[in-house]
Amino acid sequence: MPFRFNDEISTADVAFEAWGETQEELFISSAAALLRTMAEAPERVARLQMLTVLLEHEELDMLLFSFLQELIFYKDARRLLLHADRVQIEEREGIFRLEATLSGEQIDAGRHRLLVDVKAVTLHRFQVVFGDNRWKAVVVLDV
Amino acid sequence: MSLPPQLRKISDTVWELPVTYKEGMRVPTRIIAPESLLCGMEAGVFDQAANVACLPGIINYSYCMPDGHWGYGFPIGGVAAFDPATGVISPGGIGFDINCGMRLCLTNLTEEEVRPRIRELVDQLFFAIPTGVGCTGFVSCSRGKFRRVIENGSRWCLESGYALPEDLELTEEGGCFEGADADTCSDKAVERGYDQIGTLGSGNHYCEIQVARPENVFDEATARAFGITIPNQVVIMFHCGSRGFGHQVATDYLQSFLKVMTTKYGIKLYDRELACAPFRSPEGQAYFAAMKCAANMGFANRQVILHRIREVFSQIFRRSPEDLGMRMVYDVAHNTAKLENHLIDGEQREVLVHRKGATRSLGPGMPGLPDCYRETGQPVIIGGSMETGSYLLAGMASAAPTFFTTAHGSGRTMSRHQAKKMVQGRKLLGDMEQRGIYVRTSSYGGLAEEAGLAYKDIDVVARATEEAGLSRRVVKLVPIGNIKG
Repeated sequence: MPFRFNDEISTADVAFEAWGETQEELFISSAAALLRTMAEAPERVARLQMLTVLLEHEELDMLLFSFLQELIFYKDARRLLLHADRVQIEEREGIFRLEATLSGEQIDAGRHRLLVDVKAVTLHRFQVVFGDNRWKAVVVLDV
Repeated sequence: MSLPPQLRKISDTVWELPVTYKEGMRVPTRIIAPESLLCGMEAGVFDQAANVACLPGIINYSYCMPDGHWGYGFPIGGVAAFDPATGVISPGGIGFDINCGMRLCLTNLTEEEVRPRIRELVDQLFFAIPTGVGCTGFVSCSRGKFRRVIENGSRWCLESGYALPEDLELTEEGGCFEGADADTCSDKAVERGYDQIGTLGSGNHYCEIQVARPENVFDEATARAFGITIPNQVVIMFHCGSRGFGHQVATDYLQSFLKVMTTKYGIKLYDRELACAPFRSPEGQAYFAAMKCAANMGFANRQVILHRIREVFSQIFRRSPEDLGMRMVYDVAHNTAKLENHLIDGEQREVLVHRKGATRSLGPGMPGLPDCYRETGQPVIIGGSMETGSYLLAGMASAAPTFFTTAHGSGRTMSRHQAKKMVQGRKLLGDMEQRGIYVRTSSYGGLAEEAGLAYKDIDVVARATEEAGLSRRVVKLVPIGNIKG
């Protein structure tokens, strides 16, 4: 599993650690953790709608912050639960640029076995680091 | 858990961390709690309260209430006042769910009258008040109309037929924060929230049918003044906030403050969740105006939910809400920042009070109270877990040191995943029904996460606020029906 929930970081909210051999894999793992926080059966979220997201930031960690925040935005604004199918990150002149392909479907409470609504990504203990040949993120979600 | 060695006992309910606890602290930290609750607090509570004490312009102390627990930025239960001229405003001192709060509504029905209809009531409430992930409300609202909602809060509800005039009088700030400016809110924030008016959300948000049993009345005279006059009287309590709109406002300004906090204003960053800007700066004022919009969405949301509750009771009992005595007791926020007048060093001063998971608690005779509560003090609503009940309390004059603030809930002691490992949602639902609490939920997993064992003992928290002179117990309210997101 490229992510795991970590109860020791947060009592009231939901904390997870995610991993990836590349930055792109890390972002995909983090999106999967976010989806799993909201839906107990993320595998039942069908890939019926596709959309592309373009984001940029000077900091890689804040790019992940914005990316996860975008997924939360679509959950409220379009009632979409989304998988991150493909993520591409490029760094040019000190700016990280992301292009992601997302797919999913409208929330179906029964079929997706919903858990808890995520309000926001917090910056509490938030980090993206590289070590032991892999990328790791620590994320606390406000629920 | 071991407490910080520097922690000094001031009284049975006040504990102080001196400014030497952490480099940069401008004022000491004060934790308001009996030893039993203090010992249960995570180490993070002390560190976060100390970080708050480092912020520019902080006045007197960085406080943490008895239900305090580890949050992000401020601890949950964090309270701090800032000098508006030299101090800061921080989204991390308010929370993502701006104007998350509590509302309590009376009925003149008794438990004996409601019990036989409880399934019907809870089922109807569950359909009338959308709950759960990404839920949308019944109010047909365009993006343009939503801008009017967020500038006018409950006043919009009154114009639109979702409120009675007295509802506004019985809501903190009359249900509208003056100075809300929709132009300070992003299109994204509007997009996230414009169709969520009248929705509960999920997590610890709930709508509960409760009973005031005679043996749970602590102060009969005040209970009467608050409208609790009949043995086993049924009331409705609910807890929710400003939904996706408020969450996005907080997120937007958290990012915008991070960009200017150090580079433009030279404020040292102790924790990115404590990102802030000088209150009088353009960025600080923009956030304050946007935060007020979110606060107004919180009031409008709870007002529309109350409208739906009145409709459901009216349909089931075939009597009008007026005939059913469905008068509000009060609506009070627990995630806000407000300019208020307080006595500081013997002088009345305007200060910016941040309350994050903390409830305003005005004592008797104070400005800002509805006339009907002038003698009793403000009704304070502290929500417990869905299994254990909640409290209605009254504000006290002795709460002045905490800027007239008290606790807001039980406070979690167990993570959501741990609770789910220990409790099965379906089984909990059945067990609660056996104990006379009928629950409808949009998520069994979410229900398990909210099990009573995951929370502090609400009786201990409510008693602690009384012992500390923050709020006094009026009546404990026990649940007989509940809808959960």
